[in-house]
Amino acid sequence: MRRELRSVRGAERVGPYTLLRVDRGDLNAGIPGQFFMLEAPGRVLPRPMSVCIAPAGELGFLIDPIGPGTCALCELEPGDRLHILGPLGNGFDLDVGRPLLVGGGIGMAPLPYLSQRLHRPPAILGFRTPWHAEAAALLPGAEVCVEPAYVTELLPGAPHDVFACGPEPMLDALRRLVPDAQLAWEAPMACGYGACYGCAVEIDGELKRLCVEGPVLAGAA
Amino acid sequence: MLLNASGCLDALTAPDVARSLDAFVSKTITPEPRDGNAPVRIAETEAGMLNAIGLANPGRERFLTEVLPRLRELGVPLWISVGGFSAADYAETCTQLTDVAAIELNLSCPNVDEAPESAAAIVAACREATGLPLYAKLSPASWDIVGAARAVEAAGADGLSLVNTLRGLALDPRTLRPTLARGAGGYSGPALKPVALAAVYACAEGVEIPIVGMGGVRSGLDVLELIAAGASAVALGTVLFGDPEAPVRVRAELAAELAARDLGHPLDARGSAHSSLQMSVCSSGNRMQKVPGNRAKVPA
Repeated sequence: MRRELRSVRGAERVGPYTLLRVDRGDLNAGIPGQFFMLEAPGRVLPRPMSVCIAPAGELGFLIDPIGPGTCALCELEPGDRLHILGPLGNGFDLDVGRPLLVGGGIGMAPLPYLSQRLHRPPAILGFRTPWHAEAAALLPGAEVCVEPAYVTELLPGAPHDVFACGPEPMLDALRRLVPDAQLAWEAPMACGYGACYGCAVEIDGELKRLCVEGPVLAGAA
Repeated sequence: MLLNASGCLDALTAPDVARSLDAFVSKTITPEPRDGNAPVRIAETEAGMLNAIGLANPGRERFLTEVLPRLRELGVPLWISVGGFSAADYAETCTQLTDVAAIELNLSCPNVDEAPESAAAIVAACREATGLPLYAKLSPASWDIVGAARAVEAAGADGLSLVNTLRGLALDPRTLRPTLARGAGGYSGPALKPVALAAVYACAEGVEIPIVGMGGVRSGLDVLELIAAGASAVALGTVLFGDPEAPVRVRAELAAELAARDLGHPLDARGSAHSSLQMSVCSSGNRMQKVPGNRAKVPA
């Protein structure tokens, strides 16, 4: 279990989000849906971020600047260095027949890398505003809706093999419609490796750590 | 001697981190299984973090039959943190624990309702229940921590763990409601270091038993400061969340601090913060022998 010190290659604005790109070095990008803990400059705790893109030699993380840690990460500049730890957690099961990717808001973060690994399957993205929807450029070919329209309205009649990440109401709606969907959840995390018990969520009636039991869970859970 | 603070490491999900310590301290075990508190359970603050995990653990029976055997396979001396809601709870768990390096009595969790008995009464009940070394973990939120320390020493404690978290509250800046579902939580991290130093410093003058210092430790110098205040061993807590390699790094930093001061051993500095206290190399060496789990290994 060791952190690696990595240089920032770029930090581009994508709508309200920032795509932070760091040198991968010899790190494994992991399975789509897995995440890294990113040292947040000046903060006590690192922040968990799923891999958004994984081109050769690079790892990219899509970050929504919603608090002091994510804002600090979005302000990094090329050449800055930060510690990263990962890949952590359980990613998506890629062995499916007819994948369909569904993302909501910043929940689209793991989908570009997932799409690459699944050879560009169909995708549906939903956003709060047209500004947020600029992030859809990271997933070319995706169907996009903006509130008050919701991703569930764009689902085909009999959706197969759904992979989804997004806000909890979206994931709850999806698992009612597609009980076997693979859903990537989110929770505040201090460590990312099972030490802090901060990221507990209810799974099968028990509180379990999302970092080691998830973050991808079967929809029926 | 470097340990983890209870509740800040799971040796089964991070065995390499546990093996980088001189002893692993378990998460607190209660008689019955506990799911812990509802989420949200953690919040970062400007100079630390809050947690309200609520002693999530598999309960005594499953711990003894399923978890403890796997912990033994790690080959690291084990300290078992014991909690409960009455002195009898604590004592029964102590009775059932054998062949571990020490028992730490969690007498100060800020996130659950506490046992009605005093810390000293709980220690006394546990003293009757076990011959294993007993460490009493005390809260820094006391006007008279030296009084509490003397009381648990008189009741038979073999050592003190100082300190547990302080109660704190964070508000969500958008809603101005508590960030944690439980409201308040235990405050840890860098802000706790001066509190821990003050508690260790005060108790070192008031008791004879060894002290494990903890609270906001991030560096080798932090470790040396706690030892100078009177600790015989030091535990890492919140720093492990962001840096699982902290034990390795802190040891290297401590070695550099000692070399810069021409000190051969960390305990050569023990008590040096006290003008009135005679804590020579010789006496600190003797005290070190009383800290269980240290026999196999000399700290870096």
